[in-house]
Amino acid sequence: MNAGAGTEIRTGFYICHCGQNIAGVVDCPAVAEYVARLPSVVVSRDYKYMCSDPGQELIKQDIREHNLNRIVVASCSPLLHEHTFRHAVEAGGLNPFLFQMVNIREHDSWVHTDHAAATEKAKALAYAAVRRVRFHTALETKRVSVHPDVLVVGGGIAGIHASLTLANAGKKVFLVEREPSIGGHMAKFDKTFPTLDCAACILTPKMSAVGAHENITLWSYSEVVKVEGYVGNYQVTVKRKPRYVNEELCIGCQECIRACVYKEAKFPDEFNVGMGKRKPIYIPFPQAVPQVVVIDPARCLQVKSGKCKQTCVEACADRRAIDFTQREELVQIKVGNIIVTTGFKLFDAKRIPQYGYGVYPNVVTSIELERLVTSSGPTGGELLLRDGRTPQSVAFILCVGSRDYRTNRWCSRTCCMHSMKLAQLVREHTGADVTVFYLDIRAPGKGCEEFYDKSLKDGIQFVRGRVAEVTDWAVTPEEEGKLVIRAEDTLAGLVRRIPVDMIVLAVGMEPQSDAQDLRRLFNMSCGTEGWFLEKHPKLAPVSTFTDGVFIAGCCQGPKDIPDSIAQAGAAAAEAMALIDRGYIEQEPNTAYVVEEDCSGCKSCIPICPYTAITFDEAKAKACINPALCKGCGTCVAACPSGSIRQHLFEDEEIMSEIEGVLSHA
Amino acid sequence: MKYSYFPGCSLKGLGRAYEESLLPVMRHLGAEMNELDDWNCCGATAYMSVDEQLACVLAARNLALAEKAGARDLITPCSACYLVLNKTKHYIEDSPAIRAAVERGLGAAGLKCEGTTSVRHPLDVLVNDIGLDVIKEKVVRPLKGLKVAPYYGCQVVRPYATFDDAWNPTTMDRLLTTLGAEVVHYPLKTKCCGASLTGTLPEIGLRLTYILLKEAVRRGADVIATICPLCQFNLDAYHHQIEQRWGPVRIPTVYFTQLMGIAFGLPAKQLALGRSFIPFRMPSAKAGEAVAPRT
Amino acid sequence: MPDAAFQPRIVAFFCNWCTYTAADLAGVSRFKYAPNVRVVRLMCSGRVDPQFILSAFSQGADGVLIGGCHIGDCHYSEGNLKTLRRFQMLRRLLRGLGIDERRLRLEWISAAEGDKVRVIVNEMTEQLRALGPLGLPGRFEEWDREAGRTEAEAAGSEAREEAAHA
Repeated sequence: MNAGAGTEIRTGFYICHCGQNIAGVVDCPAVAEYVARLPSVVVSRDYKYMCSDPGQELIKQDIREHNLNRIVVASCSPLLHEHTFRHAVEAGGLNPFLFQMVNIREHDSWVHTDHAAATEKAKALAYAAVRRVRFHTALETKRVSVHPDVLVVGGGIAGIHASLTLANAGKKVFLVEREPSIGGHMAKFDKTFPTLDCAACILTPKMSAVGAHENITLWSYSEVVKVEGYVGNYQVTVKRKPRYVNEELCIGCQECIRACVYKEAKFPDEFNVGMGKRKPIYIPFPQAVPQVVVIDPARCLQVKSGKCKQTCVEACADRRAIDFTQREELVQIKVGNIIVTTGFKLFDAKRIPQYGYGVYPNVVTSIELERLVTSSGPTGGELLLRDGRTPQSVAFILCVGSRDYRTNRWCSRTCCMHSMKLAQLVREHTGADVTVFYLDIRAPGKGCEEFYDKSLKDGIQFVRGRVAEVTDWAVTPEEEGKLVIRAEDTLAGLVRRIPVDMIVLAVGMEPQSDAQDLRRLFNMSCGTEGWFLEKHPKLAPVSTFTDGVFIAGCCQGPKDIPDSIAQAGAAAAEAMALIDRGYIEQEPNTAYVVEEDCSGCKSCIPICPYTAITFDEAKAKACINPALCKGCGTCVAACPSGSIRQHLFEDEEIMSEIEGVLSHA
Repeated sequence: MKYSYFPGCSLKGLGRAYEESLLPVMRHLGAEMNELDDWNCCGATAYMSVDEQLACVLAARNLALAEKAGARDLITPCSACYLVLNKTKHYIEDSPAIRAAVERGLGAAGLKCEGTTSVRHPLDVLVNDIGLDVIKEKVVRPLKGLKVAPYYGCQVVRPYATFDDAWNPTTMDRLLTTLGAEVVHYPLKTKCCGASLTGTLPEIGLRLTYILLKEAVRRGADVIATICPLCQFNLDAYHHQIEQRWGPVRIPTVYFTQLMGIAFGLPAKQLALGRSFIPFRMPSAKAGEAVAPRT
Repeated sequence: MPDAAFQPRIVAFFCNWCTYTAADLAGVSRFKYAPNVRVVRLMCSGRVDPQFILSAFSQGADGVLIGGCHIGDCHYSEGNLKTLRRFQMLRRLLRGLGIDERRLRLEWISAAEGDKVRVIVNEMTEQLRALGPLGLPGRFEEWDREAGRTEAEAAGSEAREEAAHA
């Protein structure tokens, strides 16, 4: 069946119109006609949609009828449809690797306007492929089993949901969270838009379920530090930071916190974004999971100086959960898939000094306001100014740091709705006049436009225009003692000064500050903005360019809770698809040594980043372990005697391609 | 260190106190100021709006003279001169038409302007070239207890934010702190002083001046420090009219160089403190020590 | 004066993970660029054998572009470092051969930088247009003819010598 050496090469060529996508620029029949006259080409056709069933059927039928032994398809990017056509070739009875794809859509018709030049380019690329495919040989794919466990990195709502989905399906999950508790940003919210249901009420049960689930190993206060291996077989090293409390023994009674030598809570508390206070030994928030206290090494006297009465240890008594001997620990696990849900960070409002954040005490960020209106927050849900008065007037500034060339160009997507929710809560709590300064109101989600309507009916004022500055200098007596917003009202066409008591900055979302490190850790890509890059913006929104690594939630881009959950579910399903199939097929593009040509110079050995090349002392030849080889081909290019070769990227194949693209004028 | 110095008309006239305090301060720091020989009007007045091209030629002559003198930096204390000379440099670079006009005009006088001289504000030179460390060493009478509102005016950071932020400059704040003064939070530091309006639309101009003075007083400042002769005059000269309209907001406005001189322990006479309408006195000053204004 | 009608031919070696994907992204984004580039896909820029480049020039390429992942971002950890090393060596070699270094370009283009593909290809096309055709195949023929003539002359004189000795 497969064409061996000496067999006559019989090539079938197919050029796809892709509707008008290719045919609108490239003269497909002309290319087919041109290729038909090339040596070894037996069949040459153009067809409307090669990826469709009839298109694929065409290939299968031709293989049988014309006894074809090489196939070339000129259509879209091989990254999109190489799989499809290899399948068709195989279904036609031919080894799938006796096939070559030509990219004349992404690399030709979509990027060029000159029809004649684009057609000539298509001919050149087709010619090169027809020449190249002659050297293709039958190859076998290697099957590698998939480890059934999954690592989820980041315990915000996306990571929680992905973990639970997998665990409920019976998969073992390792959930790694760097903070002492899971919950992420959502745990800090009071209510959620547009339904105004309480965030804690819907999140807490899920957090508890994570903590209690027999299939989930939760490692909070831990970070992934190393990832090795490949899809189906990752070895991951997790750093478990010392919390100086034994998680197994602590029951969360918090007696130790009461007993701490610091009688008063005096350190800014992360959960209340610095507005509340905590002790050096603390539990991040009442619903924290795990319900285990943690000791802040930067604040605890014992950790810092070793000179403390250790009243906490005393209070813990015979539970002996507090353990000052704890040290950082590295744990190794094996997993088959990784889901990255590392979330976002909020824009630092100090970067826009005009808005006076950090200068005027009554300028707060949206997340600070969130904590101020929550009954579990530092003020017990009472919204007060810093001097204790109830605000009479509150203004919201939208797009702080977002949609701005000077800071971040993207829309953070949630701030319009989030601010409206907070605006409604402010009115509910204080009855204050609320003015929202916006650029555009974006309310596209389900129930969101209705929520906007409700905000308008509730008497919230909307002023369209980017705020120029927030100041405390008064021009009129009414402005004295107030914060003044100066903004252009672009609908009324005038510059306004509006005095208010409190200003809320709707800060946007940004990639985590260590997103670049994470990206390298997991071998992913970032877009120019720094969000993790999905494999395809439409068709593969939770996959990455590294197989077996998936992304979900805001680490991929700003999104609201429902979208984060949907992505998390999708990522879990993608991982499950791999686990339940049980194996992955590896592209047979590994390097191999032609022993008779190897001089044993060893120059290839240090070049391989995977230590796949060893030296066989007995034979005095290099030897490549195909299980370790990832197919980069760097050693192939380095071998001085040409004795290392690479399947699918043989020298003859590439050389004939070079010759091909150049010999067509 | 040697610098070329372009005083402009203000520093020889209404803003004389600026030059009179700047030169001893620079000398005290070991910097040599060589006044540009045969300098002419920078063209900051109405000239730019009458004929931009000719105005550029006029301004470029000063740049050409500085280049001819081999100056790397041309110190330009007046904000208006600073802006116009910088603007001219940009225009010559960006506009072939203006470049041609300038080449023609200067060529007739045997001069040329290649843009090799940098136009520098003394605040920039003092803080970024000479440095706060050197300045700190020279402080013998720290301005302890003096609350200063730093006022930069509109021109020195806009539109060319050359050495500081266009909205919230802090160079002078740092300098004043080095002198031992307390800098009050003064968000109006780059707001318009009304100078160009006071002559034509006094109601608007005076109101802008009034707000600057009132806010400085409200924030507890003892004095406003400025880097621009026009601002100094405007904030200093109209207290009578302002008082009639809105009540008293008496606060002196001095050049930052005058405060430097005081901190360096230079004799008050050298610092021209007596030239202001609203007298300035150090809060703790004994009689006759720092300042004796006329009248 | 460069010939505006001259269409330079560029052979590009793009790594599968970053630059090839960036070129796909340029397509999806419909960025328009000069049709003078022909892309050969490799798994890693580290696979680019110096011979590929020399062979491309010798077969009529006016320029060669290598595209890989940014340093530190290589899908295979460090393949692009090897590329960088080879690239520097190759530039020296090209200089020695009398080929303008600007005809060989190495660019790090990440999967997200679709626009950079457009910018680089356009820039390079313009640059090569200014440099004019390299035309190695034609020059080879000329050299072959020259060598042929010299050989023939040498053979002729040898024959004469032999005849003289005989």
